[in-house]
Amino acid sequence: MKKIMTGNEAVARGAYEAGVHFASAYPGTPSTEILENIGPYKEIIAEWAPNEKVALEAVIGASIAGGRSLAVMKHVGVNVAADPLFTFAYTGVTGGSVLISADEPGMHSSQNEQDNRNYAKFAKIPMMEPSNSQESKDMLVDAYNISEEFDSIVMFRMTTRVCHSKSIVELGERIEVSPRKYEKNFGKYVAVPAIGRKLRHTVEDRLNKLKKYSETSKWNYTVSNNSKIGIITSGMSYEFTWEALGETVDYLKLGFTNPLPKDLIVDFCGKHETVYVIEENDPYIEDFAKKYCNNIIGKDLFPYTGEMTPDVIKRCVLSENVEGIETNPDLFVGRPPTFCSGCPHRGFFYELGKKRKEIIVAGDIGCYSLAVGEPYDMMDWLICMGASYSTAHGAQRIIDLKEDDNRRLVAVMGDSTFFHTGINSLLNTVYNGGNTINVILDNRITGMTGQQDNPGSGFKLQDDSASIGDIESICKALGVKHVRKINPNDLNEVKNTIDWAMELTETSVIITDWPCVLKKKYKESDFNIYEDMWKTKDIVIADKCTGCKICLKSGCPSLVFDAENKKVSIDSNTCVGCDVCLQICPFDAIVKEGFDE
Amino acid sequence: MNKNIKLVGVGGQGTILAAKVLCSALIDAGYDVKMSEIHGMSQRGGSVSSEIRFGDKIYSPVIEKGLADILVSFEQMEAARQVGYLKKDGVLIINNHKINSMVTLNGKIKYPEKIIETLSKQVKTIVIDGTKEAIELGNSKVMNIIMLGALAKAMKLDNLDFKKAIKENVKPKFIELNLLAYNQGLNK
Repeated sequence: MKKIMTGNEAVARGAYEAGVHFASAYPGTPSTEILENIGPYKEIIAEWAPNEKVALEAVIGASIAGGRSLAVMKHVGVNVAADPLFTFAYTGVTGGSVLISADEPGMHSSQNEQDNRNYAKFAKIPMMEPSNSQESKDMLVDAYNISEEFDSIVMFRMTTRVCHSKSIVELGERIEVSPRKYEKNFGKYVAVPAIGRKLRHTVEDRLNKLKKYSETSKWNYTVSNNSKIGIITSGMSYEFTWEALGETVDYLKLGFTNPLPKDLIVDFCGKHETVYVIEENDPYIEDFAKKYCNNIIGKDLFPYTGEMTPDVIKRCVLSENVEGIETNPDLFVGRPPTFCSGCPHRGFFYELGKKRKEIIVAGDIGCYSLAVGEPYDMMDWLICMGASYSTAHGAQRIIDLKEDDNRRLVAVMGDSTFFHTGINSLLNTVYNGGNTINVILDNRITGMTGQQDNPGSGFKLQDDSASIGDIESICKALGVKHVRKINPNDLNEVKNTIDWAMELTETSVIITDWPCVLKKKYKESDFNIYEDMWKTKDIVIADKCTGCKICLKSGCPSLVFDAENKKVSIDSNTCVGCDVCLQICPFDAIVKEGFDE
Repeated sequence: MNKNIKLVGVGGQGTILAAKVLCSALIDAGYDVKMSEIHGMSQRGGSVSSEIRFGDKIYSPVIEKGLADILVSFEQMEAARQVGYLKKDGVLIINNHKINSMVTLNGKIKYPEKIIETLSKQVKTIVIDGTKEAIELGNSKVMNIIMLGALAKAMKLDNLDFKKAIKENVKPKFIELNLLAYNQGLNK
């Protein structure tokens, strides 16, 4: 059967066909839909983990116990999971194990562009790189054979365009594999130094075997068009190069890329006058190939950054520029992403904005990072998941040394980020007697990546019953004495709570508790907590509107200012009635729909 | 001969469903098809696009600047933003509808004027009152399928069964409405 699938859907199908027993992930663009698509396969136990390190560790346990296991994460997630990865690379597997890293050349939805192929080389583990959806599925199935044959976790490196582009896939059947027998094996799995020193040699022996495999792997092959020019490439760059240069060149297509096949590369270069290495981000293949061949052109010609799309290749190799219709910049203005109408982060940031001169704001990864833009201007910095509390703590320490600077550090993160790595950061602050204001914007879901459940949502990926991690209790248990939970849509409550926290000289926590407006699944008990949620929309009484535009400072996309008649109106298609603008209006011109004047 | 079609709009306008229906029809007709879209940050009311390429054999899933045969824009300003992707002899199908962005909503910057007049001087342009007609049909959301109907007409391929593709990709209770919307677009 043939089906058009994204790479993410196809790799999920691959997990099913490979007989995978257990999969774990933390959501992150462009990897999120992989586990979401594994979820419906009842043959696989699929779980969201609170972070990538935990996901990989659960997968390591599943593998040691004999199951075929899969960990999925975006590129920066591998940084979080690197600690267990580097030691699991020593111990090897019982059941086959694969780590999918979804990289982001071009940084469509990420804070950096790191090339995770370097991790495979660094950890000395085999790596595969699919170019399209069919390969995503087929290669993943084979990755489990490689993992079990060579006794190593396999790194499976995808990129945004492989993950999110659709192409046609021929489906196969599931291979049912029983979990392998687990027997205690001290010399293999207990990585104390004495064992580690032995395993260190095992790793080098394994690499030598993998080098031989790489030379004959079916995923590394040449395509001859009888050209004097050769191209060495991998992943999506292979598809891009075919598009740009087609049958005018020969190809060495590399799908198994750690260790790289030295003999294949040397032989290919020997048969061509000029060889271009075309790859996104780092000169990973190029640096290797240039050690053995002197007719290679790589990053001396191609850019280090961004995607290696066909136009880039044509420009670099053929000096060819395609001209289309001329774009007229006077005809459009920016359209940055923004908080949705009814987003529970709006009320909090509106009130916090009034303190802008007295505070420094440490941001984090999630929808609330959108407060960096107009009209909020709320972030001083944003580093990585869970970093807002800890960076704020360090910054406050230095600010407090300065006699002429009295600013307070306010650190914001969401519920999913709090569970991810925020708990550790808060523990650090309270343990060390820090005095920062720590905010948990609890919208009861992992929002930015598209509504994935987390340990606070009450739901699991494959099951509607889950214990709920209580954030308020966690904060108190860590030792925070000053914790307040508030409704972020009640601006008076928000204002008073910020004032309260600004006066404190010890660690404080503010939990803003209101669900994401896009949240789809609720517990019955939620409706008791969030009473009257989004029942009536807000409207403007035109006669009362003075056109002062103060309500627009809420940054709500439902508010429309008509420059001609100098009045604001509310788009009833998108307003959900959060009442934030109603509370801001100094002239009582905004009321609940159906309100009797 | 490979063809490139780009659908652009604002997050929430239904570009993805329209692209999905188009892909189904193309695959049924036996074409090799690739499609690309960007997820994540860009979905929160930002600019969005879906790219569809079809032919005998397709490699790249993305359309480069200057190589789209047809650009379908669900919104005026987005057409102006993305028109550089069109071939010089390409076709622009534009929904005569404006959606404010954060910067025009608060009145700081005006929503640009004369977009359609200017673009239609640069390139062959088909203007559709998609949003207005969708509201008349009873649901503003079917604008995307009205635009798909207009696209089907401009593609001039008689081997594509869009109606079957709509039935396969739309929730049962919305099929009839979407078929009406499709016909509306097709008969422009």
